[in-house]
Amino acid sequence: MTAASRGPLALVLHQARFDLLGILRNRQARFFTLVLPLLFLIIFVGVFGNHTVKGTGVKASTFFVPGLSALGVIAASFVNLVISITAQRESGILKRRRATPVPAWVLIAGRTLTAVTISLTVLTVLLAFGRIVYGVNLRLAALPGVALTAVVGSITFCVLGYALSTAIKNEDAAQPMVQAIMLPLYFISGVFIINTNLPSWLRHVASVFPVEHLSDGLHKAYDPAAHGVGIVWSDIGVLALWAGIGVAVALVRFSWLPKAAVA
Amino acid sequence: MESVVSVHGLRKRYGHFEAVAGIDLEVQRGEIFAFLGPNGAGKTTTVEILEGFRARTDGQVSVLGIDPAKGDAEWRNRVGAVLQESNAEPGLTVRESLQLYSGYYLHPRDIDETIALVGLEEKADTLGPQLSGGQRRRLDVALALIGDPELIFLDEPTTGFDPSARRTAWHVIHGLRGLGKTVFLTTHYMDEAEQLADRIAVIADGRIVAEGTPGTLGGRNRMAATIRFTLPAEVGSDELPPELRALLAGEDGRVTLTSDTPLAHVGELAEWAQSRGIDLPDLDVRRPNLEEVYLELTRGES
Repeated sequence: MTAASRGPLALVLHQARFDLLGILRNRQARFFTLVLPLLFLIIFVGVFGNHTVKGTGVKASTFFVPGLSALGVIAASFVNLVISITAQRESGILKRRRATPVPAWVLIAGRTLTAVTISLTVLTVLLAFGRIVYGVNLRLAALPGVALTAVVGSITFCVLGYALSTAIKNEDAAQPMVQAIMLPLYFISGVFIINTNLPSWLRHVASVFPVEHLSDGLHKAYDPAAHGVGIVWSDIGVLALWAGIGVAVALVRFSWLPKAAVA
Repeated sequence: MESVVSVHGLRKRYGHFEAVAGIDLEVQRGEIFAFLGPNGAGKTTTVEILEGFRARTDGQVSVLGIDPAKGDAEWRNRVGAVLQESNAEPGLTVRESLQLYSGYYLHPRDIDETIALVGLEEKADTLGPQLSGGQRRRLDVALALIGDPELIFLDEPTTGFDPSARRTAWHVIHGLRGLGKTVFLTTHYMDEAEQLADRIAVIADGRIVAEGTPGTLGGRNRMAATIRFTLPAEVGSDELPPELRALLAGEDGRVTLTSDTPLAHVGELAEWAQSRGIDLPDLDVRRPNLEEVYLELTRGES
């Protein structure tokens, strides 16, 4: 029995398994998605100290863990995906896969499932490390909120990754492009620094983009003073809206063939 | 005979440029068919239409009885493709790459057997990107074969190879015949088509300019052969028997004769040389080079 003969779901898992293996063997991907968010946590707490943040009543580490979890989700879903999909498209790997009977949606779902898996792994590592080393406390009741926000965020950023890859010519242009888009958003969206002190116009700009909503959703779920299951529906809603935009762009523009193709 | 690929009046236009200008092709089951032409002649465009990657402007195309523009998963289970440019799967070994691809198909071949078929047994656990160019190409062939297709497209399988890697690749492609596969090969190397193909079609400027077996292409079978040899210093070409002297085509240290009946004339030459006690150690008999026929056919192309 092959994966294909066991049905589409088995085929998605089959694809995800090999995509995951490929990414885990890539040193650069390993560092930027798995190691860097944890390294940032250690550095940030080291630099800024683990004091109580003014006006919030929470320790600095309780702020950094959800912010850097958002960074981890975006690194695993958006940054890594744009770079690998662009490279695979330009080197004919996507085209060769499409020359087989595997349905296009299976390839996309498998790659997305891979990103979701890595995202949840990074999140868990940050959560465990934060708890053991810095005493960051996540309310058990808020776990579903954290998980749902991370999964919706991961899927949204995968879709946006597919959409953005259509505007990138080759692998070399992918890394600077994603960083140019993401770095400013990280700073104004509460990923690295608290954004409640930012000028209101900057907060408004941030609130248009999905980074702020992923970060906000995770921050609110981690808030020790909050109640309930930690799901911020407005944030989930904006993320879903962005996912819709991403799907529309990708449907119109995404191609499996190299852009540099010859006639 | 059953047609596996059938093309009538195929055209592909890009704006004002006609890359394929109305071609007809028939490829029979079990045949190794070479589609030969210079770069930019329309080979890859044609193959990509046959593989279902490109829409055509006009004409009828049938591959395994299906219009490739409407090829579904069932059809893709029966067709394998080695693309002109495709890298190895990053982060996966040879065996893992084949495991991934075999999962896409309903009735794949055995993985180890396929690895052996392309001669990558010793590299089975090596990461794809760490293989040499020739080995990567053989992995490509293995990936195209893993679904056990009836028809396999090979788009310029040995471009950029050193001679020994080409020999190995040829050996692998030759082996496909033994599996009963139909092979559609594109190449711009004449010797590759000659080595591998049962039948050759030459394309230039989007048109088929010649079609035939390696022996008959471009009327090669009707062209005269050349017989060349060096006479000892003390023997002049004017001492040759008159009927051989009549064939003399050139003499620049080596004597060149052209002949429509090379076997008879070589026999005569041998008899004469033996009677004179001369040996002709560099004697060679050669039909016009297929390369020359090809260059003649595609002349005017860049």
